Amino acid sequence: MSVNATPAGAQVSAEAERPSRVPTQRGGRRKPPLSENKKAERRLGWLLCAPAALVMVAVTAYPIIYSVWLSLQRYDLRFPDQREFIGLENYVTVLTNEFWWTAFGVTALITVVTVAVELVLGMGLALIMHRTLVGRGIVRTSALIPYGIVTVVAAFSWRYAWTPGTGYLADLFSDGAPLTERASSLAIIMLAEIWKTTPFMALLLMAGLALVPEDLLKAASTDGATSWQKFTKVMLPVMKPAILVALLFRTLDAFRVFDNIFVLTAGGNETSSVSMLAYNNLIRGLNLGIGSTMSVLIFITVAIIAFVFVKLFGTAAPGSDDGERR
Amino acid sequence: MAVETTTRAKLRWGLLDVLVVVFAMVPVLWIASLSFKTPATLTDGNFIPREWTLDNYKTIFDTDQFVRALVNSIGIALVATLVAVVLGAMAAYAISRLDFPGKGLLVGVSLLIAMFPQVSLVSPLFEIERQLKIFDTWVGLILPYITFALPLAIYTLSAFFKQIPWDLEKAAKMDGATQAQAFRRVIAPLAAPGLFTTAILVFIFCWNDFLFAISLTSTERSRTVPAALSFFTGASQFEDPTGAICAAAVVITVPIILFVLFFQRRIVSGLTSGAVKG
Repeated sequence: MSVNATPAGAQVSAEAERPSRVPTQRGGRRKPPLSENKKAERRLGWLLCAPAALVMVAVTAYPIIYSVWLSLQRYDLRFPDQREFIGLENYVTVLTNEFWWTAFGVTALITVVTVAVELVLGMGLALIMHRTLVGRGIVRTSALIPYGIVTVVAAFSWRYAWTPGTGYLADLFSDGAPLTERASSLAIIMLAEIWKTTPFMALLLMAGLALVPEDLLKAASTDGATSWQKFTKVMLPVMKPAILVALLFRTLDAFRVFDNIFVLTAGGNETSSVSMLAYNNLIRGLNLGIGSTMSVLIFITVAIIAFVFVKLFGTAAPGSDDGERR
Repeated sequence: MAVETTTRAKLRWGLLDVLVVVFAMVPVLWIASLSFKTPATLTDGNFIPREWTLDNYKTIFDTDQFVRALVNSIGIALVATLVAVVLGAMAAYAISRLDFPGKGLLVGVSLLIAMFPQVSLVSPLFEIERQLKIFDTWVGLILPYITFALPLAIYTLSAFFKQIPWDLEKAAKMDGATQAQAFRRVIAPLAAPGLFTTAILVFIFCWNDFLFAISLTSTERSRTVPAALSFFTGASQFEDPTGAICAAAVVITVPIILFVLFFQRRIVSGLTSGAVKG
């Protein structure tokens, strides 16, 4: 994936900033002989970026490659002397295992539902934060609290809220203990996720809203557009890049769901996500081979999701809705 | 905002605002409420405590388990934030001001890491850290924190640095300032707000982490509060830990609330500038 993966972002920044910066172009640079100054600038650039790049690569690229290596071995920490190379056997074991597919389904369900709900709620919240006539500061402040709060803390709060006897929500649907049944557990996990991350979605969307030119909205009003028409015909097309960025980030983020499940159900009643399952195989089961196999599979899945989105970006971002914007 | 401000419109917005505030605050208030309840009233299901007590707070500050975890949390988050902001600032300066081949690659790599599924690193890091003898140490947590905080720091800081009028530095030098003076008196004050905002965002990220904290630690030596919470057992084994857990949860929520209250505007600008330009 190259930088061109997010022309949406580039587009937005170019629009948003005063055109006072030095234009930097990507690629296609002519190659005259470099002056001393240019060479020095290059060296400085590399020098400044090196530490950050080194840390990032050392802590992600090397371990993921190592993870692939581990996943090709039978490696159980309880029986370290049985360690041997077994090729793709772990992958067969995991991919033919019903627990894996259940967890995969749970993760996909949580991802799709939460991201869809958050898009709608986040858009509403963004409009409120952007347009409200009273108490804008209070709304923004309180919306940031779910974003900032420790996920585990929020998860405990939800857990106790739904615990019979202790909580204020437990008797809401009057069916005993909601966290002991699968459907209601999943619903509560999603609620906790949505509560936590809607503000982030709303902030990203708000940045998109800020790009909608007021005159365009005024013009639409003059032409007799209703509020709904203004929203769908004027705001949404302009916000499209921001929406796609927000969706991509949240989708990948939702796919990593772990903290809430750990606290709310500990993965009981088939509510494990893939992250939860990988963690359990590693830390509780001490099975490095299987744990690493799941790590690699999750990595591949996320890469596929990102790739699909980037393809979407590629078709949706530059040019296509640009022409109408000016 | 040239909108007709009528009382009706204001009321409508006001209602929506209240709805948002309530939805955002209820879980926080609930856990705070539990933390002030006495053991006898803990399970009465009331949202507002009937009997108030500070015993839960006394309990946790008397246990080494919590105090140690709090020290770990603060120390690890501070060190990781400091390193990530320094390294991120260097890279962001280069990205926003210098022209060099490979710039695009760095931005691309950062973006990839921002989307990286962290659980994929848990197994290999667990093994690597055990071999390097940094498993269950501060360093063992600080390293992954820095890594995942860097993309955030680089994006946010690049966005901030692009808005700084760097020509002022030249102007100051023309007026006779030395390079050091120009940097200290002109550029540093302009860059400080961006650095500060980024530091807050990175700190929140580190403060929040749970997955690495429970996977890469095994004892109180380096366990952070979010991880310690899931191991809380109360003062004795016959005691329900709910009150203690809630009190500990409130303690680690306080800094976040303070950040949000005092720097709400900065956090919003930092998140949106970094994210949209990402």
